[in-house]
Amino acid sequence: MDPQIIIARRVAKELRQGNLVNLGIGIPTLVANYVPSDLKVFFQSENGLIGTGPIPEQGMAHPLLTDAGGRPISALPGAATFDSAMSFGLIRGGHVDVTVLGGLQVDAHGLLANWMIPGKMVPGMGGAMDLVSGAKRVIVAMQHAAKGKSKIVAKCTLPLTSARPVNLVVTDMAVIGFPDGKATLLETAPGISIGEVLAVTEAELAIPDTVPEMKI
Amino acid sequence: MKAVSVEEAVAMIPSGASVMVGGFMGVGTPERLLDELVRQNKTGLSLICNDAATPGKGVGKLFDATLVSKLTATHIGLNPKVQQQMLGNQISVDLVPQGTFVERIRAGGCGLGGVLTPTGVGTLVAEGKRQIEVDGKPFLLETAIRAQFALIHAFLADYLGNLAYALTARNFNPIMAMAADTVIVAAEHIVPVGVIAPDHVVTPAPLVDYIIANG
Repeated sequence: MDPQIIIARRVAKELRQGNLVNLGIGIPTLVANYVPSDLKVFFQSENGLIGTGPIPEQGMAHPLLTDAGGRPISALPGAATFDSAMSFGLIRGGHVDVTVLGGLQVDAHGLLANWMIPGKMVPGMGGAMDLVSGAKRVIVAMQHAAKGKSKIVAKCTLPLTSARPVNLVVTDMAVIGFPDGKATLLETAPGISIGEVLAVTEAELAIPDTVPEMKI
Repeated sequence: MKAVSVEEAVAMIPSGASVMVGGFMGVGTPERLLDELVRQNKTGLSLICNDAATPGKGVGKLFDATLVSKLTATHIGLNPKVQQQMLGNQISVDLVPQGTFVERIRAGGCGLGGVLTPTGVGTLVAEGKRQIEVDGKPFLLETAIRAQFALIHAFLADYLGNLAYALTARNFNPIMAMAADTVIVAAEHIVPVGVIAPDHVVTPAPLVDYIIANG
Protein backbone atom coordinates (compact mmCIF):
# COMPACT_ATOMS: atom_id res chain seq x y z
CA MET A 1 0.00 0.00 0.00
CA ASP A 2 1.15 3.55 -0.73
CA PRO A 3 2.83 4.98 2.41
CA GLN A 4 0.63 8.08 2.36
CA ILE A 5 -2.52 5.97 2.23
CA ILE A 6 -1.37 3.86 5.19
CA ILE A 7 -0.97 7.07 7.19
CA ALA A 8 -4.29 8.58 6.07
CA ARG A 9 -6.25 5.39 6.80
CA ARG A 10 -4.76 5.06 10.26
CA VAL A 11 -5.38 8.70 11.17
CA ALA A 12 -9.01 8.41 10.02
CA LYS A 13 -9.52 5.80 12.77
CA GLU A 14 -8.82 8.50 15.38
CA LEU A 15 -11.91 10.54 14.45
CA ARG A 16 -15.10 10.23 16.50
CA GLN A 17 -18.77 10.97 15.91
CA GLY A 18 -19.45 14.72 15.99
CA ASN A 19 -15.79 15.77 16.01
CA LEU A 20 -14.83 19.17 14.58
CA VAL A 21 -11.66 18.41 12.61
CA ASN A 22 -9.09 20.56 10.84
CA LEU A 23 -6.91 18.88 8.21
CA GLY A 24 -3.66 20.46 7.04
CA ILE A 25 -2.27 20.44 3.52
CA GLY A 26 -0.61 17.31 2.07
CA ILE A 27 -1.04 13.88 3.66
CA PRO A 28 -3.57 15.21 6.24
CA THR A 29 -5.95 16.25 3.42
CA LEU A 30 -6.16 12.57 2.34
CA VAL A 31 -7.64 11.59 5.73
CA ALA A 32 -11.10 12.81 4.66
CA ASN A 33 -11.17 10.09 1.97
CA TYR A 34 -11.07 7.30 4.59
CA VAL A 35 -13.72 8.43 7.08
CA PRO A 36 -16.52 5.81 7.17
CA SER A 37 -19.73 7.16 5.58
CA ASP A 38 -21.77 6.52 8.76
CA LEU A 39 -19.41 8.62 10.90
CA LYS A 40 -20.57 12.25 11.04
CA VAL A 41 -17.50 14.45 11.27
CA PHE A 42 -17.37 18.23 10.67
CA PHE A 43 -14.35 19.37 8.67
CA GLN A 44 -13.20 22.95 9.14
CA SER A 45 -11.31 24.88 6.52
CA GLU A 46 -9.55 27.74 8.31
CA ASN A 47 -10.35 30.23 5.54
CA GLY A 48 -13.87 30.28 6.97
CA LEU A 49 -15.95 27.13 6.56
CA ILE A 50 -17.28 24.22 8.61
CA GLY A 51 -18.72 21.47 6.44
CA THR A 52 -16.21 21.22 3.61
CA GLY A 53 -17.28 18.81 0.88
CA PRO A 54 -15.51 17.11 -2.01
CA ILE A 55 -14.03 18.87 -5.04
CA PRO A 56 -17.00 19.94 -7.20
CA GLU A 57 -17.72 18.31 -10.54
CA GLN A 58 -16.18 19.88 -13.64
CA GLY A 59 -17.85 23.24 -14.31
CA MET A 60 -19.60 23.41 -10.92
CA ALA A 61 -16.88 25.21 -8.93
CA HIS A 62 -17.73 28.55 -7.28
CA PRO A 63 -14.88 31.08 -7.34
CA LEU A 64 -15.74 32.25 -3.81
CA LEU A 65 -15.76 28.75 -2.27
CA THR A 66 -12.27 27.33 -1.81
CA ASP A 67 -10.06 25.47 0.66
CA ALA A 68 -7.13 27.03 2.51
CA GLY A 69 -4.92 26.36 -0.49
CA GLY A 70 -7.28 28.34 -2.76
CA ARG A 71 -8.60 25.25 -4.57
CA PRO A 72 -12.34 24.89 -5.34
CA ILE A 73 -14.29 22.78 -2.85
CA SER A 74 -17.96 22.21 -2.10
CA ALA A 75 -19.99 22.76 1.06
CA LEU A 76 -22.08 19.95 2.57
CA PRO A 77 -25.70 20.45 3.70
CA GLY A 78 -25.55 22.16 7.11
CA ALA A 79 -22.28 23.95 6.35
CA ALA A 80 -21.49 27.30 7.99
CA THR A 81 -19.26 30.15 6.83
CA PHE A 82 -17.58 32.79 8.99
CA ASP A 83 -14.75 35.32 9.08
CA SER A 84 -11.13 34.64 10.03
CA ALA A 85 -11.47 35.94 13.61
CA MET A 86 -14.23 33.38 14.23
CA SER A 87 -12.24 30.70 12.43
CA PHE A 88 -9.21 31.17 14.67
CA GLY A 89 -11.38 31.70 17.72
CA LEU A 90 -12.63 28.16 17.05
CA ILE A 91 -9.06 26.92 16.70
CA ARG A 92 -7.37 28.74 19.59
CA GLY A 93 -10.42 28.52 21.83
CA GLY A 94 -10.32 24.72 22.07
CA HIS A 95 -13.44 24.15 19.95
CA VAL A 96 -11.59 22.06 17.36
CA ASP A 97 -11.49 18.45 18.59
CA VAL A 98 -8.73 17.17 16.32
CA THR A 99 -6.17 18.82 14.08
CA VAL A 100 -4.05 16.76 11.70
CA LEU A 101 -0.86 18.42 10.47
CA GLY A 102 2.19 17.51 8.46
CA GLY A 103 5.60 17.60 10.13
CA LEU A 104 9.27 18.15 9.39
CA GLN A 105 10.47 16.88 12.81
CA VAL A 106 8.86 15.59 16.01
CA ASP A 107 11.13 15.11 18.99
CA ALA A 108 11.31 12.65 21.90
CA HIS A 109 9.00 14.85 23.99
CA GLY A 110 6.43 15.33 21.23
CA LEU A 111 7.48 18.85 20.22
CA LEU A 112 6.77 19.61 16.55
CA ALA A 113 8.69 21.63 13.96
CA ASN A 114 6.80 22.10 10.70
CA TRP A 115 6.94 25.66 9.44
CA MET A 116 10.42 26.60 8.24
CA ILE A 117 13.90 25.43 7.33
CA PRO A 118 16.15 28.44 8.03
CA GLY A 119 17.98 29.68 4.94
CA LYS A 120 16.18 27.20 2.68
CA MET A 121 12.42 27.31 2.97
CA VAL A 122 10.51 30.06 4.74
CA PRO A 123 6.87 29.62 3.72
CA GLY A 124 5.46 30.99 6.99
CA MET A 125 3.47 29.29 9.69
CA GLY A 126 -0.01 30.12 8.38
CA GLY A 127 -2.42 28.60 10.88
CA ALA A 128 -0.12 25.85 12.19
CA MET A 129 1.00 27.56 15.41
CA ASP A 130 -2.58 28.38 16.43
CA LEU A 131 -3.76 24.85 15.61
CA VAL A 132 -1.06 23.20 17.73
CA SER A 133 -1.60 25.67 20.59
CA GLY A 134 -5.37 25.42 20.66
CA ALA A 135 -6.85 22.18 19.29
CA LYS A 136 -7.94 19.57 21.83
CA ARG A 137 -5.90 16.82 20.10
CA VAL A 138 -2.97 17.31 17.77
CA ILE A 139 -2.05 14.48 15.39
CA VAL A 140 0.99 14.64 13.14
CA ALA A 141 0.72 12.69 9.89
CA MET A 142 4.07 12.32 8.14
CA GLN A 143 6.56 9.90 6.63
CA HIS A 144 8.74 8.26 9.26
CA ALA A 145 11.95 9.26 7.47
CA ALA A 146 12.92 11.60 4.64
CA LYS A 147 15.76 10.44 2.35
CA GLY A 148 16.67 7.80 4.94
CA LYS A 149 16.89 10.40 7.72
CA SER A 150 14.64 10.00 10.75
CA LYS A 151 11.97 12.69 11.24
CA ILE A 152 11.43 11.41 14.81
CA VAL A 153 14.43 13.11 16.37
CA ALA A 154 15.96 13.33 19.85
CA LYS A 155 15.57 17.11 19.83
CA CYS A 156 14.17 19.35 17.08
CA THR A 157 16.91 21.22 15.24
CA LEU A 158 14.34 23.22 13.24
CA PRO A 159 12.30 26.08 14.78
CA LEU A 160 9.42 24.80 16.91
CA THR A 161 5.78 25.29 15.96
CA SER A 162 4.60 25.35 19.57
CA ALA A 163 5.83 24.73 23.10
CA ARG A 164 2.90 22.34 23.47
CA PRO A 165 3.66 18.69 22.61
CA VAL A 166 1.54 16.84 20.06
CA ASN A 167 -0.66 13.92 21.13
CA LEU A 168 0.03 11.35 18.43
CA VAL A 169 2.32 10.79 15.45
CA VAL A 170 1.19 8.48 12.66
CA THR A 171 3.81 7.51 10.08
CA ASP A 172 4.05 4.90 7.33
CA MET A 173 5.93 2.67 9.84
CA ALA A 174 4.49 3.34 13.28
CA VAL A 175 2.09 5.06 15.64
CA ILE A 176 3.90 6.95 18.38
CA GLY A 177 2.35 8.50 21.48
CA PHE A 178 3.79 10.49 24.38
CA PRO A 179 2.48 9.07 27.68
CA ASP A 180 4.32 10.82 30.56
CA GLY A 181 6.03 13.03 27.95
CA LYS A 182 8.13 10.20 26.53
CA ALA A 183 7.99 8.94 22.94
CA THR A 184 6.42 5.47 23.01
CA LEU A 185 5.89 2.99 20.19
CA LEU A 186 2.17 2.20 20.23
CA GLU A 187 1.74 0.32 16.93
CA THR A 188 3.75 -0.83 13.94
CA ALA A 189 2.59 -0.69 10.32
CA PRO A 190 1.62 -3.98 8.63
CA GLY A 191 4.73 -6.02 7.80
CA ILE A 192 7.08 -3.73 9.75
CA SER A 193 8.99 -5.12 12.76
CA ILE A 194 9.86 -3.20 15.92
CA GLY A 195 13.52 -3.53 14.96
CA GLU A 196 12.87 -1.93 11.56
CA VAL A 197 11.14 1.03 13.25
CA LEU A 198 13.97 1.48 15.74
CA ALA A 199 16.55 1.37 12.93
CA VAL A 200 15.11 4.54 11.36
CA THR A 201 14.13 6.36 14.58
CA GLU A 202 16.65 8.79 16.04
CA ALA A 203 14.65 9.48 19.22
CA GLU A 204 14.74 6.94 22.00
CA LEU A 205 11.43 5.03 21.93
CA ALA A 206 9.83 3.30 24.89
CA ILE A 207 8.60 -0.16 23.84
CA PRO A 208 5.61 -1.52 25.78
CA ASP A 209 5.30 -5.29 26.34
CA THR A 210 2.86 -5.59 23.49
CA VAL A 211 2.99 -3.46 20.36
CA PRO A 212 0.06 -4.35 18.10
CA GLU A 213 0.02 -3.99 14.34
CA MET A 214 -1.92 -1.02 12.92
CA LYS A 215 -5.43 -1.98 11.89
CA ILE A 216 -6.15 -0.25 8.61
CA MET B 1 -20.04 56.66 1.68
CA LYS B 2 -19.17 58.01 -1.75
CA ALA B 3 -19.19 56.12 -5.05
CA VAL B 4 -16.01 56.72 -7.06
CA SER B 5 -14.31 55.29 -10.12
CA VAL B 6 -11.51 52.78 -9.57
CA GLU B 7 -9.07 55.37 -11.00
CA GLU B 8 -10.19 58.02 -8.48
CA ALA B 9 -10.04 55.57 -5.60
CA VAL B 10 -6.48 54.43 -6.28
CA ALA B 11 -5.33 58.00 -6.99
CA MET B 12 -6.01 58.71 -3.28
CA ILE B 13 -3.41 56.10 -2.22
CA PRO B 14 0.10 57.60 -2.20
CA SER B 15 3.23 55.58 -2.93
CA GLY B 16 4.65 54.32 0.36
CA ALA B 17 1.20 53.97 1.97
CA SER B 18 0.24 51.19 4.38
CA VAL B 19 -2.50 49.11 2.76
CA MET B 20 -4.52 46.18 4.11
CA VAL B 21 -5.99 43.89 1.49
CA GLY B 22 -8.71 41.32 2.19
CA GLY B 23 -8.52 37.83 0.75
CA PHE B 24 -7.17 34.36 1.33
CA MET B 25 -5.02 32.96 -1.49
CA GLY B 26 -6.58 35.56 -3.78
CA VAL B 27 -10.16 34.57 -2.90
CA GLY B 28 -12.17 37.53 -1.61
CA THR B 29 -9.62 40.02 -2.93
CA PRO B 30 -10.63 43.28 -4.71
CA GLU B 31 -8.85 42.48 -8.00
CA ARG B 32 -9.95 45.70 -9.77
CA LEU B 33 -8.28 47.83 -7.11
CA LEU B 34 -5.07 45.77 -7.32
CA ASP B 35 -4.99 46.02 -11.13
CA GLU B 36 -5.34 49.81 -10.81
CA LEU B 37 -2.57 50.00 -8.18
CA VAL B 38 -0.32 48.31 -10.75
CA ARG B 39 -1.50 50.60 -13.58
CA GLN B 40 -0.85 53.73 -11.49
CA ASN B 41 2.48 52.23 -10.33
CA LYS B 42 2.10 52.94 -6.60
CA THR B 43 5.44 51.83 -5.22
CA GLY B 44 6.98 51.23 -1.79
CA LEU B 45 3.73 49.89 -0.36
CA SER B 46 3.57 48.49 3.14
CA LEU B 47 1.20 45.57 2.53
CA ILE B 48 -0.81 43.77 5.20
CA CYS B 49 -2.45 40.66 3.77
CA ASN B 50 -2.88 37.07 4.96
CA ASP B 51 -0.70 35.62 2.20
CA ALA B 52 1.06 36.56 -1.02
CA ALA B 53 -1.37 34.58 -3.23
CA THR B 54 0.32 33.32 -6.40
CA PRO B 55 1.99 35.24 -9.25
CA GLY B 56 -0.67 36.87 -11.45
CA LYS B 57 -3.46 36.47 -8.88
CA GLY B 58 -4.70 38.74 -6.07
CA VAL B 59 -1.90 40.58 -4.27
CA GLY B 60 0.51 38.42 -6.27
CA LYS B 61 0.15 41.09 -8.97
CA LEU B 62 1.67 43.70 -6.62
CA PHE B 63 4.79 41.54 -6.22
CA ASP B 64 4.93 40.86 -9.98
CA ALA B 65 5.17 44.65 -10.42
CA THR B 66 7.59 45.02 -7.42
CA LEU B 67 5.33 47.56 -5.71
CA VAL B 68 5.74 46.19 -2.17
CA SER B 69 8.63 47.09 0.14
CA LYS B 70 7.26 45.65 3.39
CA LEU B 71 4.88 42.71 3.89
CA THR B 72 3.08 41.54 7.02
CA ALA B 73 1.56 38.11 6.32
CA THR B 74 1.07 34.60 7.67
CA HIS B 75 2.10 32.52 4.66
CA ILE B 76 4.08 33.26 1.50
CA GLY B 77 4.96 29.69 0.49
CA LEU B 78 2.91 29.58 -2.70
CA ASN B 79 4.46 32.68 -4.26
CA PRO B 80 8.07 31.98 -5.31
CA LYS B 81 8.53 35.63 -6.40
CA VAL B 82 8.00 36.84 -2.83
CA GLN B 83 10.47 34.28 -1.54
CA GLN B 84 13.03 35.55 -4.10
CA GLN B 85 12.36 39.21 -3.25
CA MET B 86 12.67 38.41 0.47
CA LEU B 87 15.93 36.44 0.11
CA GLY B 88 17.26 39.25 -2.17
CA ASN B 89 16.42 41.82 0.55
CA GLN B 90 14.12 43.74 -1.83
CA ILE B 91 11.26 43.41 0.64
CA SER B 92 11.12 42.91 4.39
CA VAL B 93 8.66 40.26 5.50
CA ASP B 94 7.11 39.94 8.94
CA LEU B 95 5.54 36.49 9.34
CA VAL B 96 2.76 36.27 11.91
CA PRO B 97 0.66 33.27 13.01
CA GLN B 98 -2.72 33.52 11.28
CA GLY B 99 -4.84 33.67 14.44
CA THR B 100 -2.53 36.36 15.83
CA PHE B 101 -2.61 38.27 12.54
CA VAL B 102 -6.40 38.53 12.51
CA GLU B 103 -6.63 39.37 16.23
CA ARG B 104 -4.03 42.14 15.89
CA ILE B 105 -6.10 43.69 13.09
CA ARG B 106 -9.31 43.18 15.04
CA ALA B 107 -7.68 44.93 18.01
CA GLY B 108 -6.64 47.79 15.72
CA GLY B 109 -10.21 48.22 14.57
CA CYS B 110 -11.76 47.89 18.02
CA GLY B 111 -9.70 50.38 19.96
CA LEU B 112 -7.55 47.81 21.77
CA GLY B 113 -3.81 48.16 22.26
CA GLY B 114 -3.31 44.49 21.46
CA VAL B 115 -4.23 40.98 22.53
CA LEU B 116 -2.80 38.23 24.75
CA THR B 117 -2.41 34.92 22.91
CA PRO B 118 -0.84 31.57 23.84
CA THR B 119 0.14 31.06 20.19
CA GLY B 120 3.88 31.43 19.66
CA VAL B 121 4.97 31.09 23.30
CA GLY B 122 8.31 29.25 23.35
CA THR B 123 8.95 29.76 19.60
CA LEU B 124 10.80 32.25 17.37
CA VAL B 125 7.58 34.30 17.28
CA ALA B 126 8.04 35.18 20.97
CA GLU B 127 11.40 36.92 20.39
CA GLY B 128 11.34 40.55 21.53
CA LYS B 129 7.77 40.32 22.84
CA ARG B 130 6.44 40.70 26.36
CA GLN B 131 5.24 37.49 27.95
CA ILE B 132 2.46 37.93 30.49
CA GLU B 133 1.05 35.32 32.86
CA VAL B 134 -2.69 35.17 33.45
CA ASP B 135 -3.92 32.60 35.98
CA GLY B 136 -0.55 30.87 35.74
CA LYS B 137 -0.63 30.48 31.94
CA PRO B 138 1.87 32.27 29.65
CA PHE B 139 0.62 34.56 26.89
CA LEU B 140 2.36 36.82 24.37
CA LEU B 141 1.40 40.47 24.14
CA GLU B 142 0.70 41.06 20.45
CA THR B 143 0.13 44.68 19.52
CA ALA B 144 -2.66 46.11 17.34
CA ILE B 145 -2.26 46.66 13.60
CA ARG B 146 -3.90 49.46 11.62
CA ALA B 147 -3.35 50.79 8.10
CA GLN B 148 -3.97 54.00 6.16
CA PHE B 149 -6.12 52.13 3.63
CA ALA B 150 -8.16 48.93 3.63
CA LEU B 151 -9.06 47.46 0.24
CA ILE B 152 -12.12 45.30 0.76
CA HIS B 153 -13.96 42.75 -1.37
CA ALA B 154 -17.69 42.33 -0.67
CA PHE B 155 -20.32 40.20 -2.39
CA LEU B 156 -23.12 42.77 -1.95
CA ALA B 157 -22.94 46.49 -1.26
CA ASP B 158 -26.08 48.59 -1.04
CA TYR B 159 -26.36 52.28 -2.03
CA LEU B 160 -25.60 53.33 1.55
CA GLY B 161 -22.50 51.12 1.85
CA ASN B 162 -23.84 48.23 3.92
CA LEU B 163 -21.87 45.09 3.03
CA ALA B 164 -22.51 41.35 2.92
CA TYR B 165 -19.99 38.67 2.00
CA ALA B 166 -20.13 35.26 0.32
CA LEU B 167 -18.79 31.83 1.34
CA THR B 168 -15.02 31.73 1.94
CA ALA B 169 -14.54 35.19 0.36
CA ARG B 170 -15.48 36.77 3.69
CA ASN B 171 -12.23 35.82 5.51
CA PHE B 172 -10.34 38.99 6.63
CA ASN B 173 -12.57 41.53 4.86
CA PRO B 174 -15.01 42.51 7.67
CA ILE B 175 -12.13 42.65 10.18
CA MET B 176 -9.97 44.89 7.98
CA ALA B 177 -12.95 47.14 7.17
CA MET B 178 -12.72 48.35 10.79
CA ALA B 179 -8.96 48.83 11.00
CA ALA B 180 -8.00 51.49 8.43
CA ASP B 181 -8.32 55.27 8.13
CA THR B 182 -9.88 54.98 4.67
CA VAL B 183 -11.96 51.98 3.60
CA ILE B 184 -12.41 51.33 -0.13
CA VAL B 185 -14.76 48.57 -1.26
CA ALA B 186 -15.10 46.68 -4.51
CA ALA B 187 -18.36 44.70 -4.52
CA GLU B 188 -19.50 41.93 -6.88
CA HIS B 189 -23.01 43.42 -6.88
CA ILE B 190 -24.31 46.88 -5.97
CA VAL B 191 -27.93 46.67 -4.85
CA PRO B 192 -30.70 49.00 -3.60
CA VAL B 193 -31.01 49.70 0.11
CA GLY B 194 -33.14 47.00 1.70
CA VAL B 195 -31.91 44.11 -0.46
CA ILE B 196 -29.49 43.23 2.35
CA ALA B 197 -31.75 42.62 5.34
CA PRO B 198 -30.58 44.22 8.61
CA ASP B 199 -29.79 40.78 10.07
CA HIS B 200 -27.57 40.00 7.07
CA VAL B 201 -25.49 43.18 7.06
CA VAL B 202 -21.99 42.19 8.21
CA THR B 203 -20.20 45.51 7.74
CA PRO B 204 -22.50 48.48 8.55
CA ALA B 205 -22.44 51.42 6.11
CA PRO B 206 -20.77 54.01 8.38
CA LEU B 207 -17.53 51.98 8.20
CA VAL B 208 -17.30 52.32 4.42
CA ASP B 209 -15.76 55.45 2.86
CA TYR B 210 -15.77 54.62 -0.86
CA ILE B 211 -17.38 52.07 -3.14
CA ILE B 212 -16.03 51.45 -6.60
CA ALA B 213 -18.82 52.22 -9.03
CA ASN B 214 -19.58 49.69 -11.76
CA GLY B 215 -17.84 49.98 -15.16
